[in-house]
Amino acid sequence: MSRHEITVKVNGEAVSATVEARRTLVDFLREDAGRTGSHAGCEHGVCGACTVMVDGVAVRSCLMLAVQADGAEVTTVEGLADETGKLHPVQQVLREEHGLQCGFCTPGVVMTLAALTAQQPPPSEEMLRDALSGHLCRCTGYQGMLRAARRLARGDIGKATA
Amino acid sequence: MKPAPFDYVAADSLDGALEELARGAGDALVLAGGQTLMPLLALRMATPSVLVDINRIPELAGVRRLDGSTRIGAMTRQAQIRVDPVVARHVGPLAMATGFVGHHQTRNRGTLGGSVSLADPAAEYPATSLALGAQIEVRSMAGGVREIDADDFFLGPYTTALEPGEMVTALRYPDWPEGTVFVVDEVAPRPGDFAFVGLVFILAVKGGIVSRSGITWFSMGGKPMRSMQAEATIWGEAVDGVDWAAVAELAVSETDPIDDIHATAHYRRTVGKHLFQRVVATALAKRGAQ
Repeated sequence: MSRHEITVKVNGEAVSATVEARRTLVDFLREDAGRTGSHAGCEHGVCGACTVMVDGVAVRSCLMLAVQADGAEVTTVEGLADETGKLHPVQQVLREEHGLQCGFCTPGVVMTLAALTAQQPPPSEEMLRDALSGHLCRCTGYQGMLRAARRLARGDIGKATA
Repeated sequence: MKPAPFDYVAADSLDGALEELARGAGDALVLAGGQTLMPLLALRMATPSVLVDINRIPELAGVRRLDGSTRIGAMTRQAQIRVDPVVARHVGPLAMATGFVGHHQTRNRGTLGGSVSLADPAAEYPATSLALGAQIEVRSMAGGVREIDADDFFLGPYTTALEPGEMVTALRYPDWPEGTVFVVDEVAPRPGDFAFVGLVFILAVKGGIVSRSGITWFSMGGKPMRSMQAEATIWGEAVDGVDWAAVAELAVSETDPIDDIHATAHYRRTVGKHLFQRVVATALAKRGAQ
Protein backbone atom coordinates (compact mmCIF):
# COMPACT_ATOMS: atom_id res chain seq x y z
CA MET A 1 0.00 0.00 0.00
CA SER A 2 1.64 3.21 -1.16
CA ARG A 3 1.71 6.42 0.87
CA HIS A 4 1.94 9.85 -0.67
CA GLU A 5 3.03 13.30 0.40
CA ILE A 6 0.42 15.74 -0.81
CA THR A 7 -0.29 19.43 -0.54
CA VAL A 8 -3.79 20.65 -1.25
CA LYS A 9 -4.93 24.25 -1.12
CA VAL A 10 -8.03 24.13 1.06
CA ASN A 11 -9.98 27.40 1.11
CA GLY A 12 -6.81 29.23 0.14
CA GLU A 13 -4.61 27.63 2.79
CA ALA A 14 -2.02 24.99 1.87
CA VAL A 15 -2.56 21.75 3.80
CA SER A 16 0.12 19.05 3.63
CA ALA A 17 -0.21 15.48 4.78
CA THR A 18 1.08 11.98 4.12
CA VAL A 19 -1.88 9.89 3.03
CA GLU A 20 -2.54 6.28 2.13
CA ALA A 21 -3.40 5.84 -1.53
CA ARG A 22 -6.91 4.77 -0.58
CA ARG A 23 -7.65 7.94 1.42
CA THR A 24 -10.62 9.68 -0.19
CA LEU A 25 -10.64 13.43 -0.59
CA VAL A 26 -13.54 13.80 1.87
CA ASP A 27 -11.65 11.87 4.55
CA PHE A 28 -8.57 14.00 3.90
CA LEU A 29 -10.63 17.17 4.30
CA ARG A 30 -12.29 15.98 7.50
CA GLU A 31 -9.47 14.03 9.18
CA ASP A 32 -6.26 15.62 7.91
CA ALA A 33 -7.36 19.18 7.16
CA GLY A 34 -9.86 19.39 10.05
CA ARG A 35 -12.59 20.81 7.82
CA THR A 36 -15.59 18.79 8.92
CA GLY A 37 -18.10 20.88 6.99
CA SER A 38 -18.02 18.40 4.11
CA HIS A 39 -20.16 15.47 5.21
CA ALA A 40 -19.42 11.85 4.42
CA GLY A 41 -22.84 10.28 3.87
CA CYS A 42 -23.06 7.23 1.63
CA GLU A 43 -19.35 7.22 0.71
CA HIS A 44 -20.10 5.80 -2.73
CA GLY A 45 -21.25 8.76 -4.75
CA VAL A 46 -25.01 8.61 -4.33
CA CYS A 47 -26.02 11.17 -1.71
CA GLY A 48 -24.01 14.28 -2.64
CA ALA A 49 -23.39 15.46 0.95
CA CYS A 50 -19.61 15.49 0.37
CA THR A 51 -19.75 17.75 -2.71
CA VAL A 52 -16.91 20.29 -2.81
CA MET A 53 -15.32 22.44 -5.49
CA VAL A 54 -12.08 21.16 -6.98
CA ASP A 55 -10.49 23.85 -9.14
CA GLY A 56 -13.86 25.59 -9.23
CA VAL A 57 -15.95 22.61 -10.32
CA ALA A 58 -18.48 20.76 -8.12
CA VAL A 59 -17.43 17.14 -7.55
CA ARG A 60 -18.13 14.34 -5.08
CA SER A 61 -15.19 14.29 -2.69
CA CYS A 62 -15.88 10.64 -1.79
CA LEU A 63 -15.30 9.68 -5.44
CA MET A 64 -11.87 11.24 -5.66
CA LEU A 65 -8.70 10.11 -3.94
CA ALA A 66 -6.88 12.65 -1.78
CA VAL A 67 -3.69 11.94 -3.73
CA GLN A 68 -5.47 12.98 -6.93
CA ALA A 69 -6.10 16.41 -5.41
CA ASP A 70 -2.36 17.02 -4.87
CA GLY A 71 -1.73 20.55 -6.14
CA ALA A 72 -5.42 21.35 -6.59
CA GLU A 73 -7.48 24.15 -5.08
CA VAL A 74 -10.36 22.80 -3.04
CA THR A 75 -13.18 24.93 -1.69
CA THR A 76 -15.37 23.54 1.07
CA VAL A 77 -18.44 25.05 2.70
CA GLU A 78 -16.15 26.68 5.29
CA GLY A 79 -14.57 28.72 2.52
CA LEU A 80 -17.70 30.59 1.38
CA ALA A 81 -18.69 33.06 4.09
CA ASP A 82 -16.28 35.98 4.53
CA GLU A 83 -14.18 36.50 7.66
CA THR A 84 -16.85 38.67 9.29
CA GLY A 85 -19.32 35.80 8.99
CA LYS A 86 -21.31 37.39 6.18
CA LEU A 87 -22.93 34.52 4.31
CA HIS A 88 -22.29 33.69 0.68
CA PRO A 89 -25.35 34.59 -1.47
CA VAL A 90 -26.17 30.89 -1.89
CA GLN A 91 -26.13 30.37 1.87
CA GLN A 92 -28.17 33.52 2.43
CA VAL A 93 -30.85 32.55 -0.07
CA LEU A 94 -31.08 28.98 1.24
CA ARG A 95 -31.52 30.39 4.72
CA GLU A 96 -34.23 32.84 3.66
CA GLU A 97 -36.13 30.19 1.69
CA HIS A 98 -35.86 27.48 4.37
CA GLY A 99 -33.82 25.33 1.99
CA LEU A 100 -32.56 23.13 4.80
CA GLN A 101 -33.78 21.39 7.91
CA CYS A 102 -31.40 18.96 9.64
CA GLY A 103 -28.49 20.31 7.61
CA PHE A 104 -26.70 17.06 6.81
CA CYS A 105 -27.02 17.36 3.04
CA THR A 106 -26.71 21.15 3.05
CA PRO A 107 -22.93 21.61 2.64
CA GLY A 108 -23.09 19.62 -0.60
CA VAL A 109 -26.12 21.51 -1.88
CA VAL A 110 -24.43 24.82 -1.10
CA MET A 111 -21.25 23.85 -2.96
CA THR A 112 -23.13 22.70 -6.06
CA LEU A 113 -25.15 25.92 -6.23
CA ALA A 114 -22.09 28.06 -5.45
CA ALA A 115 -20.05 26.41 -8.22
CA LEU A 116 -22.83 26.81 -10.77
CA THR A 117 -23.73 30.39 -9.90
CA ALA A 118 -20.06 31.39 -10.23
CA GLN A 119 -20.18 30.33 -13.91
CA GLN A 120 -20.62 32.65 -16.84
CA PRO A 121 -23.16 32.86 -18.30
CA PRO A 122 -25.25 32.38 -15.14
CA PRO A 123 -27.11 29.05 -15.01
CA SER A 124 -30.79 28.76 -15.85
CA GLU A 125 -33.30 27.56 -13.29
CA GLU A 126 -33.48 24.30 -15.25
CA MET A 127 -29.73 23.75 -14.86
CA LEU A 128 -29.91 24.42 -11.14
CA ARG A 129 -32.87 22.05 -10.81
CA ASP A 130 -31.01 19.36 -12.72
CA ALA A 131 -27.93 19.80 -10.52
CA LEU A 132 -30.01 19.59 -7.34
CA SER A 133 -31.10 16.10 -8.42
CA GLY A 134 -27.56 15.07 -7.45
CA HIS A 135 -28.35 15.60 -3.77
CA LEU A 136 -30.43 13.46 -1.47
CA CYS A 137 -32.36 15.42 1.16
CA ARG A 138 -34.58 13.44 3.51
CA CYS A 139 -36.08 16.42 5.35
CA THR A 140 -37.23 19.25 3.16
CA GLY A 141 -38.92 17.83 0.09
CA TYR A 142 -36.67 20.19 -1.88
CA GLN A 143 -39.25 22.99 -2.23
CA GLY A 144 -37.17 25.52 -0.31
CA MET A 145 -34.08 24.59 -2.30
CA LEU A 146 -36.00 25.04 -5.54
CA ARG A 147 -37.24 28.47 -4.43
CA ALA A 148 -33.64 29.37 -3.62
CA ALA A 149 -32.49 28.07 -7.01
CA ARG A 150 -35.17 30.13 -8.74
CA ARG A 151 -34.00 33.27 -6.99
CA LEU A 152 -30.36 32.52 -7.77
CA ALA A 153 -31.23 32.00 -11.45
CA ARG A 154 -32.86 35.39 -11.70
CA GLY A 155 -30.19 37.08 -9.62
CA ASP A 156 -32.69 37.95 -6.89
CA ILE A 157 -30.26 37.80 -3.98
CA GLY A 158 -30.36 41.40 -2.84
CA LYS A 159 -32.49 40.93 0.25
CA ALA A 160 -30.72 42.38 3.28
CA THR A 161 -29.36 39.98 5.87
CA ALA A 162 -31.92 39.64 8.64
CA MET B 1 -17.19 1.57 3.53
CA LYS B 2 -13.59 2.44 2.78
CA PRO B 3 -11.62 0.93 -0.09
CA ALA B 4 -9.26 -1.98 0.62
CA PRO B 5 -5.57 -0.99 0.47
CA PHE B 6 -3.91 -0.56 -2.93
CA ASP B 7 -0.91 1.15 -4.48
CA TYR B 8 -1.39 4.26 -6.60
CA VAL B 9 0.62 5.53 -9.54
CA ALA B 10 -0.16 8.69 -11.50
CA ALA B 11 1.08 8.17 -15.06
CA ASP B 12 2.23 11.28 -16.91
CA SER B 13 2.23 9.71 -20.37
CA LEU B 14 0.31 7.04 -22.23
CA ASP B 15 3.43 4.85 -22.49
CA GLY B 16 3.98 5.28 -18.77
CA ALA B 17 0.42 4.17 -18.04
CA LEU B 18 0.76 1.12 -20.29
CA GLU B 19 4.04 0.17 -18.58
CA GLU B 20 2.40 0.36 -15.17
CA LEU B 21 -0.54 -1.71 -16.40
CA ALA B 22 1.84 -4.35 -17.80
CA ARG B 23 3.74 -4.41 -14.50
CA GLY B 24 0.44 -4.83 -12.64
CA ALA B 25 0.06 -8.19 -14.42
CA GLY B 26 -3.71 -8.16 -14.68
CA ASP B 27 -4.24 -6.98 -11.11
CA ALA B 28 -3.91 -3.29 -11.94
CA LEU B 29 -6.89 -1.11 -12.77
CA VAL B 30 -7.01 2.17 -14.66
CA LEU B 31 -8.41 5.11 -12.70
CA ALA B 32 -10.09 7.55 -15.09
CA GLY B 33 -12.93 9.74 -13.74
CA GLY B 34 -13.55 7.32 -10.88
CA GLN B 35 -17.32 7.76 -10.89
CA THR B 36 -17.94 4.04 -11.43
CA LEU B 37 -14.66 2.64 -10.11
CA MET B 38 -14.55 4.54 -6.80
CA PRO B 39 -17.95 3.16 -5.70
CA LEU B 40 -16.78 -0.33 -6.70
CA LEU B 41 -13.68 0.17 -4.54
CA ALA B 42 -15.68 1.59 -1.63
CA LEU B 43 -18.05 -1.40 -1.76
CA ARG B 44 -15.01 -3.69 -2.14
CA MET B 45 -16.48 -5.17 -5.30
CA ALA B 46 -13.11 -4.27 -6.85
CA THR B 47 -9.87 -4.91 -4.95
CA PRO B 48 -6.98 -4.16 -7.32
CA SER B 49 -3.37 -4.23 -6.13
CA VAL B 50 -2.56 -1.03 -7.99
CA LEU B 51 -4.48 1.88 -9.50
CA VAL B 52 -2.97 3.60 -12.52
CA ASP B 53 -4.30 7.16 -12.64
CA ILE B 54 -4.56 8.54 -16.20
CA ASN B 55 -5.99 11.95 -15.25
CA ARG B 56 -2.67 13.70 -15.83
CA ILE B 57 -2.29 12.59 -19.47
CA PRO B 58 -3.71 15.45 -21.56
CA GLU B 59 -3.48 13.60 -24.90
CA LEU B 60 -6.15 11.12 -23.76
CA ALA B 61 -8.89 13.77 -23.71
CA GLY B 62 -10.54 15.61 -26.56
CA VAL B 63 -12.86 15.37 -29.53
CA ARG B 64 -11.46 15.22 -33.05
CA ARG B 65 -12.99 14.86 -36.51
CA LEU B 66 -11.45 12.22 -38.76
CA ASP B 67 -12.48 11.43 -42.32
CA GLY B 68 -15.98 9.99 -41.92
CA SER B 69 -15.90 9.54 -38.17
CA THR B 70 -15.46 11.32 -34.84
CA ARG B 71 -12.78 10.25 -32.40
CA ILE B 72 -13.35 10.95 -28.70
CA GLY B 73 -10.48 10.40 -26.28
CA ALA B 74 -11.12 8.04 -23.38
CA MET B 75 -10.50 10.73 -20.74
CA THR B 76 -12.99 13.18 -22.26
CA ARG B 77 -15.27 14.16 -19.39
CA GLN B 78 -19.01 13.61 -19.66
CA ALA B 79 -19.62 17.30 -18.88
CA GLN B 80 -17.69 18.20 -22.03
CA ILE B 81 -19.40 15.59 -24.20
CA ARG B 82 -22.75 17.02 -23.17
CA VAL B 83 -21.94 20.48 -24.57
CA ASP B 84 -19.31 19.78 -27.24
CA PRO B 85 -20.47 21.21 -30.62
CA VAL B 86 -18.67 18.52 -32.67
CA VAL B 87 -20.34 15.76 -30.65
CA ALA B 88 -23.71 17.50 -31.00
CA ARG B 89 -23.25 17.77 -34.76
CA HIS B 90 -21.86 14.31 -35.55
CA VAL B 91 -22.56 12.01 -32.58
CA GLY B 92 -25.92 13.36 -31.39
CA PRO B 93 -27.11 10.23 -29.59
CA LEU B 94 -24.05 10.35 -27.34
CA ALA B 95 -24.77 13.95 -26.35
CA MET B 96 -28.41 13.06 -25.70
CA ALA B 97 -27.44 10.01 -23.61
CA THR B 98 -25.14 12.16 -21.48
CA GLY B 99 -28.12 13.97 -19.96
CA PHE B 100 -29.03 10.66 -18.31
CA VAL B 101 -25.50 9.76 -17.12
CA GLY B 102 -25.32 10.28 -13.36
CA HIS B 103 -25.61 13.84 -12.12
CA HIS B 104 -24.02 17.20 -12.81
CA GLN B 105 -21.46 16.56 -10.07
CA THR B 106 -20.44 13.11 -11.34
CA ARG B 107 -20.39 14.23 -14.99
CA ASN B 108 -17.77 16.82 -14.03
CA ARG B 109 -15.34 13.94 -13.44
CA GLY B 110 -16.82 10.89 -15.16
CA THR B 111 -15.36 9.98 -18.56
CA LEU B 112 -16.47 8.25 -21.75
CA GLY B 113 -13.67 5.68 -21.63
CA GLY B 114 -14.26 4.85 -17.99
CA SER B 115 -17.95 4.18 -18.50
CA VAL B 116 -17.29 2.02 -21.55
CA SER B 117 -14.39 0.08 -19.96
CA LEU B 118 -16.29 -0.78 -16.79
CA ALA B 119 -19.42 -1.78 -18.76
CA ASP B 120 -22.09 -1.46 -16.11
CA PRO B 121 -25.17 -3.09 -17.69
CA ALA B 122 -27.26 -0.06 -16.65
CA ALA B 123 -24.88 2.50 -18.17
CA GLU B 124 -25.96 4.69 -21.08
CA TYR B 125 -22.64 5.04 -22.97
CA PRO B 126 -22.05 1.33 -23.72
CA ALA B 127 -25.54 0.90 -25.22
CA THR B 128 -25.28 4.16 -27.16
CA SER B 129 -21.84 3.22 -28.51
CA LEU B 130 -23.22 -0.16 -29.54
CA ALA B 131 -26.18 1.40 -31.37
CA LEU B 132 -23.89 3.84 -33.19
CA GLY B 133 -21.53 1.06 -34.34
CA ALA B 134 -18.54 2.51 -32.50
CA GLN B 135 -15.00 1.21 -32.76
CA ILE B 136 -13.20 0.98 -29.43
CA GLU B 137 -9.50 1.79 -29.60
CA VAL B 138 -7.44 -0.12 -27.04
CA ARG B 139 -3.72 -0.20 -26.37
CA SER B 140 -1.23 -2.29 -24.42
CA MET B 141 2.54 -2.52 -24.06
CA ALA B 142 2.67 -5.97 -25.60
CA GLY B 143 -0.01 -5.72 -28.27
CA GLY B 144 0.21 -2.12 -29.44
CA VAL B 145 -3.04 -0.66 -30.69
CA ARG B 146 -6.18 -2.43 -31.93
CA GLU B 147 -9.78 -1.45 -32.62
CA ILE B 148 -12.63 -3.59 -31.34
CA ASP B 149 -16.17 -3.46 -32.72
CA ALA B 150 -18.63 -2.41 -30.03
CA ASP B 151 -20.53 -5.60 -31.01
CA ASP B 152 -17.56 -7.69 -29.84
CA PHE B 153 -16.53 -5.57 -26.87
CA PHE B 154 -19.28 -5.97 -24.26
CA LEU B 155 -19.39 -9.52 -22.92
CA GLY B 156 -21.34 -9.36 -19.65
CA PRO B 157 -21.75 -7.41 -16.41
CA TYR B 158 -18.55 -5.39 -15.92
CA THR B 159 -16.92 -7.72 -18.43
CA THR B 160 -15.38 -6.66 -21.74
CA ALA B 161 -13.02 -7.96 -24.40
CA LEU B 162 -10.14 -5.99 -22.82
CA GLU B 163 -7.13 -8.24 -22.22
CA PRO B 164 -4.96 -7.87 -19.10
CA GLY B 165 -2.66 -4.89 -19.62
CA GLU B 166 -4.95 -3.27 -22.18
CA MET B 167 -6.76 0.01 -21.74
CA VAL B 168 -9.31 1.95 -23.78
CA THR B 169 -7.69 5.04 -25.27
CA ALA B 170 -10.49 6.37 -27.50
CA LEU B 171 -13.79 5.62 -29.16
CA ARG B 172 -14.37 6.23 -32.84
CA TYR B 173 -17.92 6.88 -34.02
CA PRO B 174 -18.49 6.43 -37.78
CA ASP B 175 -20.81 9.02 -39.31
CA TRP B 176 -24.44 8.18 -39.97
CA PRO B 177 -26.22 9.55 -43.06
CA GLU B 178 -27.46 13.13 -43.10
CA GLY B 179 -30.98 13.36 -41.64
CA THR B 180 -30.61 10.41 -39.25
CA VAL B 181 -32.97 10.78 -36.29
CA PHE B 182 -32.44 9.36 -32.83
CA VAL B 183 -33.84 9.26 -29.33
CA VAL B 184 -32.24 8.05 -26.10
CA ASP B 185 -34.67 7.66 -23.24
CA GLU B 186 -35.01 5.74 -20.02
CA VAL B 187 -37.38 5.05 -17.15
CA ALA B 188 -35.72 5.59 -13.79
CA PRO B 189 -37.10 6.11 -10.28
CA ARG B 190 -35.44 9.53 -10.04
CA PRO B 191 -33.35 11.55 -12.53
CA GLY B 192 -29.77 10.30 -12.52
CA ASP B 193 -30.57 6.96 -10.89
CA PHE B 194 -29.85 3.68 -12.61
CA ALA B 195 -32.60 3.09 -15.15
CA PHE B 196 -35.15 0.29 -14.83
CA VAL B 197 -35.24 0.25 -18.64
CA GLY B 198 -33.34 2.32 -21.17
CA LEU B 199 -33.43 2.47 -24.97
CA VAL B 200 -31.29 3.93 -27.74
CA PHE B 201 -33.06 4.22 -31.10
CA ILE B 202 -31.31 5.53 -34.21
CA LEU B 203 -33.01 5.58 -37.60
CA ALA B 204 -31.69 6.47 -41.05
CA VAL B 205 -34.24 6.79 -43.85
CA LYS B 206 -33.50 7.25 -47.53
CA GLY B 207 -36.35 8.05 -49.93
CA GLY B 208 -38.91 6.89 -47.37
CA ILE B 209 -37.15 3.53 -46.90
CA VAL B 210 -35.33 2.51 -43.72
CA SER B 211 -31.68 2.28 -44.76
CA ARG B 212 -30.15 1.59 -41.35
CA SER B 213 -31.09 1.50 -37.69
CA GLY B 214 -29.48 0.99 -34.31
CA ILE B 215 -31.69 -0.38 -31.53
CA THR B 216 -30.03 -1.10 -28.19
CA TRP B 217 -31.15 -1.39 -24.59
CA PHE B 218 -29.54 -0.85 -21.21
CA SER B 219 -30.61 -2.35 -17.88
CA MET B 220 -32.26 -5.05 -19.99
CA GLY B 221 -29.66 -7.80 -19.59
CA GLY B 222 -26.15 -8.44 -18.36
CA LYS B 223 -24.69 -6.20 -21.05
CA PRO B 224 -26.00 -3.63 -23.50
CA MET B 225 -28.50 -5.59 -25.61
CA ARG B 226 -28.83 -5.04 -29.35
CA SER B 227 -32.14 -5.95 -31.00
CA MET B 228 -30.66 -7.21 -34.27
CA GLN B 229 -33.80 -8.97 -35.45
CA ALA B 230 -35.82 -5.81 -34.98
CA GLU B 231 -33.19 -3.87 -36.94
CA ALA B 232 -33.30 -6.51 -39.72
CA THR B 233 -37.12 -6.50 -39.83
CA ILE B 234 -37.39 -2.79 -40.54
CA TRP B 235 -34.46 -2.61 -42.94
CA GLY B 236 -35.66 -1.89 -46.49
CA GLU B 237 -39.24 -1.23 -45.35
CA ALA B 238 -41.18 1.93 -46.07
CA VAL B 239 -40.90 3.87 -42.83
CA ASP B 240 -44.57 4.86 -42.91
CA GLY B 241 -45.73 1.25 -43.27
CA VAL B 242 -43.88 -0.31 -40.33
CA ASP B 243 -46.02 -1.99 -37.65
CA TRP B 244 -44.12 -0.46 -34.73
CA ALA B 245 -46.14 -2.29 -32.07
CA ALA B 246 -44.96 -5.58 -33.57
CA VAL B 247 -41.38 -4.29 -33.77
CA ALA B 248 -41.60 -3.30 -30.11
CA GLU B 249 -42.62 -6.87 -29.20
CA LEU B 250 -39.78 -8.30 -31.26
CA ALA B 251 -37.19 -5.85 -29.92
CA VAL B 252 -38.11 -6.60 -26.30
CA SER B 253 -38.01 -10.36 -27.00
CA GLU B 254 -34.31 -9.94 -27.82
CA THR B 255 -33.52 -8.67 -24.31
CA ASP B 256 -32.77 -10.66 -21.17
CA PRO B 257 -33.72 -8.59 -18.12
CA ILE B 258 -33.44 -9.86 -14.57
CA ASP B 259 -35.55 -9.61 -11.43
CA ASP B 260 -33.87 -7.48 -8.82
CA ILE B 261 -34.73 -5.29 -5.86
CA HIS B 262 -35.70 -2.42 -8.18
CA ALA B 263 -37.97 -4.13 -10.70
CA THR B 264 -39.00 -7.53 -12.02
CA ALA B 265 -38.04 -8.77 -15.47
CA HIS B 266 -41.75 -8.78 -16.34
CA TYR B 267 -42.02 -5.13 -15.36
CA ARG B 268 -38.96 -4.21 -17.41
CA ARG B 269 -40.32 -5.98 -20.50
CA THR B 270 -43.76 -4.41 -20.12
CA VAL B 271 -42.37 -0.93 -19.61
CA GLY B 272 -39.81 -1.59 -22.36
CA LYS B 273 -42.56 -2.06 -24.95
CA HIS B 274 -44.20 1.22 -23.95
CA LEU B 275 -40.85 3.00 -23.88
CA PHE B 276 -40.11 1.66 -27.36
CA GLN B 277 -43.35 3.02 -28.79
CA ARG B 278 -42.84 6.38 -27.09
CA VAL B 279 -39.27 6.63 -28.37
CA VAL B 280 -40.24 5.69 -31.92
CA ALA B 281 -43.06 8.26 -31.93
CA THR B 282 -40.63 10.94 -30.76
CA ALA B 283 -38.04 9.95 -33.37
CA LEU B 284 -40.61 9.96 -36.19
CA ALA B 285 -41.86 13.36 -35.06
CA LYS B 286 -38.27 14.65 -35.26
CA ARG B 287 -38.09 13.26 -38.77
CA GLY B 288 -41.29 15.03 -39.70
CA ALA B 289 -39.88 18.28 -38.34
CA GLN B 290 -36.82 18.13 -40.60
